[in-house]
Amino acid sequence: MKKIGSLKEFACTPDRFQGGHRLCPGCAHSMIVREVVNATDDDLVISTATGCLEVCSAIYPYTSWDVSWIHIGFENAAAAIAGAEAMHKALARKDRLYNDDRRVKFVAFGGDGGTYDIGFQSLSGAVERGHDFLYVCLDNENYANTGGQRSSATPIGAHTSTTPRGRVSYGEKQRKKDLTMIMAAHGCPYVATAIPGSKHWKDLATKAAKAISTVGPTFINALSPCTTEWKFKPEDTVEIADLAVETCAFPLYEIEDGHKLTINYRPKQKLPIEEYLGAQGRFSHLFKPENKWIIEEWQKQVDEYWDYLQRREEAGV
Amino acid sequence: MAERYELKNKEVWDGNMAAAHALRQAQVDVVAAYPITPSTPIVQNYAQFLADGYVDGEFVMVESEHSAMSACVGAAAAGGRVATATSSQGYALMVEVLYQASGMRLPIVMTVVNRALASPLNIHGDHSDLYLGRDAGWIHLIANNPQEAYDLTLCAFRIGEDDRVRLPVTTNQDGFLVSHTAQVVEPLQDEDAYKFVGEYKAKNPMLDTKNPVTYGAQTEEEWHFEHKANQHKALMDSFPVIEEVFKEFEKVSGRKYNLVETYKLDDADVALVLMGSAYETAMLAVDKAREEGIKVGLLMPRVFRPFPYNEVAEKLKGVKAVAALDRSAPMGTTGALYNEVAGALAAKGESAILTNYIYGLGGRDTTVEHILEVIKETNENAKAGKRVTPLQGFINLRGPKLSFN
Repeated sequence: MKKIGSLKEFACTPDRFQGGHRLCPGCAHSMIVREVVNATDDDLVISTATGCLEVCSAIYPYTSWDVSWIHIGFENAAAAIAGAEAMHKALARKDRLYNDDRRVKFVAFGGDGGTYDIGFQSLSGAVERGHDFLYVCLDNENYANTGGQRSSATPIGAHTSTTPRGRVSYGEKQRKKDLTMIMAAHGCPYVATAIPGSKHWKDLATKAAKAISTVGPTFINALSPCTTEWKFKPEDTVEIADLAVETCAFPLYEIEDGHKLTINYRPKQKLPIEEYLGAQGRFSHLFKPENKWIIEEWQKQVDEYWDYLQRREEAGV
Repeated sequence: MAERYELKNKEVWDGNMAAAHALRQAQVDVVAAYPITPSTPIVQNYAQFLADGYVDGEFVMVESEHSAMSACVGAAAAGGRVATATSSQGYALMVEVLYQASGMRLPIVMTVVNRALASPLNIHGDHSDLYLGRDAGWIHLIANNPQEAYDLTLCAFRIGEDDRVRLPVTTNQDGFLVSHTAQVVEPLQDEDAYKFVGEYKAKNPMLDTKNPVTYGAQTEEEWHFEHKANQHKALMDSFPVIEEVFKEFEKVSGRKYNLVETYKLDDADVALVLMGSAYETAMLAVDKAREEGIKVGLLMPRVFRPFPYNEVAEKLKGVKAVAALDRSAPMGTTGALYNEVAGALAAKGESAILTNYIYGLGGRDTTVEHILEVIKETNENAKAGKRVTPLQGFINLRGPKLSFN
C-alpha cells in the first residue's frame, strides 16, 4: 500500500490521468480520478463506463490515460474489469504474464447512472463473485452527460431535466438510493464514501490506497459536485463538497468486511442543510414558502442518517 | 499445465460436447458465460473439464449474458484466448456488446446454439438468433452436425486470431437437432488440436502495462467512418484466411470445408439453398428427387458472414430456379438467406427464378417429404418458366396454407 504523505509529496506523483481532457471547468471528476490513480504505485488497468469521464478523456486520437484503459458501454464497466482481472489470474497461473516484475491492479469508474442504475447489475455480480478490483462511483447525482436527467442517486427536491420544478412540481420525488450501504451489504472487504477537495484530499487518497491494496472487491462512492447541473460557479466545487460533509448531507465513512463502520470526519458544528441546498441552483425553488417542508424533510433525513451512522459505529457491528 | 484427456479415435458426442472439447483443446484462458438452453452443456462441460484439471483457465460465471460478453471483451483486451456460448434471448442480450467486441478487433470465439426468439417462448431450434448478429462484424461459421461443430470451433480460433483478421467468430449449430444429438465424432488428439490452433499472441494487450493502450475510445464524425470502413475491410479480407485455415485443417483431419458447400449441384437445373442441420435432410430429398429424374442440387454457405456472394453466384450460375429455405421468421420481408442469394445472383446478372420458403420455426420438424415437395414445386416453376411472388409460404405449417401470391 502506497503511503500517502504530505500534499506537496502527493502533488508530485507523476500523472496517470493527464490534463487537456474536455471535462467542464470545475468538474470534480478529474480531481477524484487523479487522486485515485495517484494513490498507488502499482500498474493499473482501468475500465470506465460511458459517461462524462469517458467521453471527455478518450476522444480518438487523443487520450488522457497513461494506463491501460477500456470503455465498452454504459452498464458494463464492472463486467469488463472482471474479465480483465480473470485473464490476469489465468495468465499468472500459467506463467504467461506480460510484465512479471510488475503488480497490476484493476479499477473501474462509473457515474451514478452507470453505477446506481443501468450498471448496478454487473457491479453487483462482479462484487459478489469476488473479483479483485476497486470500483469508484463518480456520483454527481444525475445523468450529466446526457443533459441532466434524474438518476436513482438524485436527492429529493432536486430540479433535473426529467424531474423539473414547475408550477405544480417541486422536482425529484424520491430520496436518494443508499448505494454505499448496498455495496457494504454485498460483504465487500472495503467500502467508503469520499469527496474531492483540499480539506479532505488525504481522506480520499488514503481510502483509494487502502481499497486498491485490499484483496477482493472494494467500492468508493465519491460525491462529485457538478457545476453544470447543480448550478454553481466552477470555482466553488470544493466548497460545495465541503458543505455536503459539514451539513452531513454526505458523511465521510468507511465500512470494512461488510459491517465494521468508522466515521472518518465529524463536523465540529453540524451546519443546517440550508447551507448546502442554498449554494446550488438546483435546489433554489425549495426556498419558496410552499416548499419549505421539503427542506424540513431533508433535515430530518440527514439527522436520522447521521444518528444511524453514529449508532452503528458505536455498536461496532 | 492441464492434464491430457485420453480420447478415442471415435467418440460419441453431441454438438455441445463437441464444442466443449474444442474449447478445452484450444486451452482457452477465460470463459465467461451465463447458462441458457440449449447451449448450457457447453459451459457445464467446460466447468467439469476445469474441475478435473483437463484445462487450465478461468471460468467466470457471470450474472447475465450482457456481462458474459462484456467480461469476454475485457478478458480478450487484457490479452488471452477467450470463448463463450449462448442461444436465443441470451444472444439478444449480448447484441450491444457484439458490436463492441468486433469494433475493438478482439478474436473471441462463441458457439451459438441456434434457437427461436420469444415471444412466444420457445427453447427449440431455428435461426432467428443467428441473424441477430448478422451485421455485428463477427465471422459466422455454420456447422450441421457435432463433427462440424467440433471442427469449426477449432478453425474459429485460428481464423479469428490470425493477425490479418483479428475478429470475433461465432460457430453456429442448430439447437437440439445438433446440440443434443449424439453422433460419432472423430476428434484430434489434444496435442494435434493444440498444435493446429496454436498459441495465442495478443495484439496490444492491456496487461502489457509497460505499453498502456486505450480500448473503446470515442470517435465522433471525424474518425468513426474510417474505423468502420477498416473493420468492414478486415471482415471482407478474411475470405482467403478462412480458406487457408480450412485447407490446413484438411491436412490434419482429412475433412474438407469450403466457403460454400454444394451437393450434386454441378449439372442441376434447380437448386435449394439452406443452412444448418436441414442440409443433411435435404441431401436425402435430393437423392429421392434425382431418382424421379429431377436434376436438383444443394448449396449452403459455410460462412454466412462475410457472405461469399461471388462463390454463391458462381455455383448457382445457369441454374433455372433456386429455392432459398430460411429457418427464421422474416417478419415483413423475405428471409435473410433468400435476400443474400438474391443479391448475389442479381449482381452477377443471373436470372434464375427465385423463391423463398420458411421452415422449421421453433423446432418444427422438417422431413425429407417436405423438402421433396419444395423441390417438385421449384422444378415445376423452372419448367414452366413461371415467376411467382418471392415468399412462397411456410413448410409443414398447421392449418390452411398461407399464401402470399
